[in-house]
Amino acid sequence: MLTYILKRLFYAIPTLLILIVFSFVLMHSAPGGPFSSDRPLPPEVLANLEAKYHLTDPLWKQIGRYVYDVVFHFDFGPSFQYKDRTVNEIIAQGFPVTLTYGAISFAVAVIAGCALGMTAALNKNSVWDYLAVGISIGAQVLPNFVMAPILVLIFTLWLGWLPGGGWNGGQWQYLIMPVIALSTSFMASIARIMRSSLLEVMHSNFIRTARAKGIPARTILFRHALKPAMLPVISYLGPTFVVMITGSVVIDLYFTTGGIGQAFVNSALNRDYAVMMGITILIGTLTIFFNLLVDILYAWIDPKIKL
Amino acid sequence: MSLLEVQDLSVSFKTPDGVVKAVQNVNFSLEEGKTLAIVGESGSGKSQTSFSIMGLLAENGTATGSVKFEGNEILNASDAVMNTYRSAQISMIFQDPMTSLNPYLRVSDQMAEVLVHHNGMTKSDAIKDAIKMLDAVKIPDPKRRVNMFPHEFSGGMRQRVMIAMSLLCHPRLVIADEPTTALDVTVQAQIMNLLSDLQNDFGMGIILITHDLGVVAGSCEDTLVLYGGRVMETGPTNQVFETPSHPYTQGLLRALPRLGAKTPELATIPGNPPNMMHPPKGCAFSPRCGFANAQCAEQPPVLDLFEPTRSRACHVPKEALS
Repeated sequence: MLTYILKRLFYAIPTLLILIVFSFVLMHSAPGGPFSSDRPLPPEVLANLEAKYHLTDPLWKQIGRYVYDVVFHFDFGPSFQYKDRTVNEIIAQGFPVTLTYGAISFAVAVIAGCALGMTAALNKNSVWDYLAVGISIGAQVLPNFVMAPILVLIFTLWLGWLPGGGWNGGQWQYLIMPVIALSTSFMASIARIMRSSLLEVMHSNFIRTARAKGIPARTILFRHALKPAMLPVISYLGPTFVVMITGSVVIDLYFTTGGIGQAFVNSALNRDYAVMMGITILIGTLTIFFNLLVDILYAWIDPKIKL
Repeated sequence: MSLLEVQDLSVSFKTPDGVVKAVQNVNFSLEEGKTLAIVGESGSGKSQTSFSIMGLLAENGTATGSVKFEGNEILNASDAVMNTYRSAQISMIFQDPMTSLNPYLRVSDQMAEVLVHHNGMTKSDAIKDAIKMLDAVKIPDPKRRVNMFPHEFSGGMRQRVMIAMSLLCHPRLVIADEPTTALDVTVQAQIMNLLSDLQNDFGMGIILITHDLGVVAGSCEDTLVLYGGRVMETGPTNQVFETPSHPYTQGLLRALPRLGAKTPELATIPGNPPNMMHPPKGCAFSPRCGFANAQCAEQPPVLDLFEPTRSRACHVPKEALS
């Protein structure tokens, strides 16, 4: 187990290197640069700027320097766009925000999604099933960029209950709408996966055996059925968690929460190479880590999997 | 009073394509400590008969008639009532040992929960009993193996675990639904011998559901032949085998491969089992029966007690069959 984890962490190094090289090349092959704008800079100023940020060096040298700084100084460089801020600062400021509303949204999506899916599966073809499936389809077809303005319309403009945007240190009033907008579609997916997987498990032979043993339905559900039914849900949750905690540009835009979701998209639009790389590496690292966590959870649940 | 008394048991399933009548008007009884074989080919309704006794029919299934266990009606009883019988009084061994044990739980947990629930034992006492029972079904090194997961056992060993699990509360009746079908022939014999040894020790009644006539001949006092959800013939096994009174039973026995047979070809019963969505109007076997007459196609025969212990459902006189 420990050797497996160490091995996987070791494999993460080349994976991240490939990610860096790939993003770097892609980024630089896109037309334009961080200093191109509507009003072109005088060529000598541009040349100075590009020399200062080492943009005139060959690509391999730039990548090498970047990796060196990241690995040995944990320095992701200065932002190209905001001259007085480093990438570390931008992430340190934005990531706690997205982490907060992302993690809460994740918890809401998992709890509500599992509850909906279980209700539907255990009452198959009853009113409860149709209700649960109806809710999840409704949540699925409402993308967050439709959901967010509707929420603002209802809760801010009509009812006046909640602030229409802002963060304010993550006070609960400011969290409610971003959390609802972000979690609904994920909740719907979790509910659908949970429903179909629990239905399949409940029809399996070993559940019939458990029923033939005369143990109560509740015990059968929690001891015998839930573990295997959770497996497909868990494999969905790993990458989903990363997506949720690294934020959503839609949420940041509509609710002006100031998370890294918006910073990421802006960096791509402005060719802010350093910020873009920084957030890419953050997402990549989190993805690798949570995939590993999912694999460990799998092995913990399914005794046939040996790590 | 019989241990189990089944009267007029019918099972049907609602499907999108129509109603499937899987079992129709089945009658039989089983005495304490005896073994009854229910024989029939796939789709003859033998498994559904046992599921309806246990109250384990699929959601779209309904059972009518009567099933009395030690005089108490248990057919269509609520889950709460059935749970006091299941495993404690009546237990079941399933066909496929590879999928019938929970792959995510240790054998110790799966066995102990039966005793903890029904006998109110502590888990550690329950595991001690489980180890004893694993020993009784001849699993080597039960102390170590009880902590293993099902996938660490071979097919035959898993079926032994199933048997041990079904016997934990010393039930009065064990329903074995094709317990050896998924196993190698050599292992089949071991399992059947084990079952009859355990029957001698514990004195439970056994309903053995099978399509393997060889298994029946070796281990069952009585035999009931099912076809198309109906009883074709019942009686003491040796008599049913020596002087089968129904064309279907005759066909089944003829289809048994024999060493040293004169013709190299295997005998078969021509035709296919009936579609239970649209069963034949008359005798279910009439389309495949060499003796069928006009009456057979029109009217289902009733089960007729022609000897004190034997009955048959056939319009053709017994004498005409040989």
